Amino acid sequence: MLASLRPALALFVVLTAITGLAYPLAMTGLATAIFPAKAAGSLIRRDGTIIGSSLIGQSFTSPRYFHGRPSATVATDPADAAKTVPSPYNASNSAGSNLGPTSAALAERVKGDLDALRAENPGATVPVDLVTASGSGLDPDLSPEAALFQVARVARARGVSEDRVRDLVAAQVEGRTFGVLGEPRVNVLALNLALDARLRQ
Amino acid sequence: MTINGWIQVALFCAIVLALVRPLGGYMTRVFQGERTLLSPVLRPVETGLYRLAGIDARGEQSWLSYGLAMLTFHALGFAMLYGLLRLQDVLPLNPAGQGAVAPDLAFNTAASFVTNTNWQNYGGESTLSYLSQMLGLTHQNFLSAATGIALAVALVRGFARASARTVGSFWVDLTRCTLYVLLPICVIYSLFLVSQGIPQTLGASIEATTLEGATQTIAIGPVASQVAIKMLGTNGGGFFNANAAHPFENPTALSNFIQIVSIFVLGAAMTNVFGRMVGDERQGWAILGAMGVLFLAGVLVTYASEAAGSSVLNGLGLAGGNMEGKELRFGIVASALFAVVTTAASCGAVNAMHDSFTALGGLIPMINMQLGEIIVGGVGAGLYGMLVFVIVAIFVAGLMVGRTPEYLGKKIEAREVKMAMLAILCLPLMMLGFTGLATVVAAGLAGPANAGPHGFSEILYAFTSAAANNGSAFGGLSGNTPFYNTTLAIGMLVGRFFVIIPALAIAGALAAKKTVPASAGTLPTHGGLFIGMLVGVILIVGGLTFFPSLALGPIVEHLAGTAGLTFATGG
Repeated sequence: MLASLRPALALFVVLTAITGLAYPLAMTGLATAIFPAKAAGSLIRRDGTIIGSSLIGQSFTSPRYFHGRPSATVATDPADAAKTVPSPYNASNSAGSNLGPTSAALAERVKGDLDALRAENPGATVPVDLVTASGSGLDPDLSPEAALFQVARVARARGVSEDRVRDLVAAQVEGRTFGVLGEPRVNVLALNLALDARLRQ
Repeated sequence: MTINGWIQVALFCAIVLALVRPLGGYMTRVFQGERTLLSPVLRPVETGLYRLAGIDARGEQSWLSYGLAMLTFHALGFAMLYGLLRLQDVLPLNPAGQGAVAPDLAFNTAASFVTNTNWQNYGGESTLSYLSQMLGLTHQNFLSAATGIALAVALVRGFARASARTVGSFWVDLTRCTLYVLLPICVIYSLFLVSQGIPQTLGASIEATTLEGATQTIAIGPVASQVAIKMLGTNGGGFFNANAAHPFENPTALSNFIQIVSIFVLGAAMTNVFGRMVGDERQGWAILGAMGVLFLAGVLVTYASEAAGSSVLNGLGLAGGNMEGKELRFGIVASALFAVVTTAASCGAVNAMHDSFTALGGLIPMINMQLGEIIVGGVGAGLYGMLVFVIVAIFVAGLMVGRTPEYLGKKIEAREVKMAMLAILCLPLMMLGFTGLATVVAAGLAGPANAGPHGFSEILYAFTSAAANNGSAFGGLSGNTPFYNTTLAIGMLVGRFFVIIPALAIAGALAAKKTVPASAGTLPTHGGLFIGMLVGVILIVGGLTFFPSLALGPIVEHLAGTAGLTFATGG
């Protein structure tokens, strides 16, 4: 054991310096030089202020905007630091609901959301992603079906024709990568930005 | 299930298989001390390091010295990580002003990273400073992965050598694995990840004003460099709480695909290293074949179950599979595939919340870990875990025909079989023993977030994941309590070292044996018969050990869900 102390200590210190400091710091330098915008978090600015990251979903509640998926993130309760309160799209505390397939709480939540969505758009099938919470609570995307589901509401709230809104959605749909990987999707923040830019009333 | 889904699975398998030989060849050269493409750059660093440390690059160690060297090194790593976490509030690189980590959580996290488990009782963005993430976690990710590979190589040398007293040098294996294999791949891989959108910055969190005028605080940091090694080294500990489901840890369908490949690639290539070092690549392919059979069966069950969705939610009129806890950009298939791969290997990163999987979809990850993560497995750990099962399978085959069992020209005798059983038995002891304890004491019962059989599954999954050194979780369990922090840490340490030490003892015993030439009575170990035999032994051992516990958790839950039953907490 004692004989191995010198190699252990020396290797430990040097390998720590290489893998724990030199490597991440060198990567930070390289990444900032080659992909400055992405290394800094793919931030979106409008009129000089940061309005978010194109990769991170944000909470939308106004009928004038498309809404993202349910988010189960929480924040510390301002009234009692030992408790938490719901805080959708809290990008400093990512989390899913962790509710299991036979959870009564999950079934109730989904039923409540389904009833509200069916009332908003009677007769249409509710896409599954509109009533299920994402894994991170920060999912930036919707399925094209889930975006189209909301077209009627957004058009009504903005006083424009459904066709104009539907065209905007269609323009924002991204297909599978290389036609194979992942799923077709619409970035909600990008869609809402396009909405503001094109349909400013 | 869709055709596109199966194309994604097939593409994944094809790419991993295509990388097995080139990487296997390169790694064999690295561990045999030969010249490689990177030698002109890395050789001077390597020799400088040996000189500084007083290591003779040609000096080799017996299995016992090899093991002691490994333990000394880990003790240092454990002490440093624990200290770093306890003192992070006064150390630099802490822009978010994170406080010191509590003693039980620091103990748990140190055990978690030293053992290559990366169980996340800490909250990532809400608990750790950048210094802790880099110097503590990133660094341990490299070294625990390199240790796993080194140990597997030592065991392979045991099979490959005859009448030898040594199994290699731990210091040299560790250094060469880190410098020649892990670091170069990680440098390129990190840059790729940044190109997909993963941040890599030392800046503090970002305050954004959303379109609706609210303030959104976006946690950020040196993420890419850590994600690269966390996947490649099958560590799995996330920079963020949501791990690879977080858009900053896994932003695109392509980053996701490459991440799944990178979990498997070194483990799969290790089977080729094994084949090459014992002088018959077919032996490596046979092992990989047995892994492949078990893997595809797992993918089929999890994918089918997730695509069918939860009976309870489907009863409300939902269709389109189970999307609770999944990210839209990955969808059902890439989430199911990730879950099976991350638990087949000992990675434990997650791109979807396993806690919200359907009962049968979540059953497979649990079985994968309970079998000891031998389906490709953790880097190195998967191979030595599988070789332990090979010894048992050969022993059983020998009993059936009444001959002394032999494998690759080595007679398998009482000592090897005892050591193999020791390594196999310590896992159920930790997994089932602690689960039993947690279901009868109040501190354990306080953990689960879900009621009914799913609550039991949360506990079982936690101890399974800890002892198997996986690190994924049914995340609803409140594991950051003194009871769980301590018991899970013990599970991780026993699950790591009580497998490693018997495996090293086997290496030493085998290396010392003579090689006997194959005869007409030797069971060929590169064909379908042997693969079938091996798969059978694994399933029988795993099935008999774990079926009762699985029946109480996921199987009951599946039946309850089919009958439309739900369970409410606090009622």
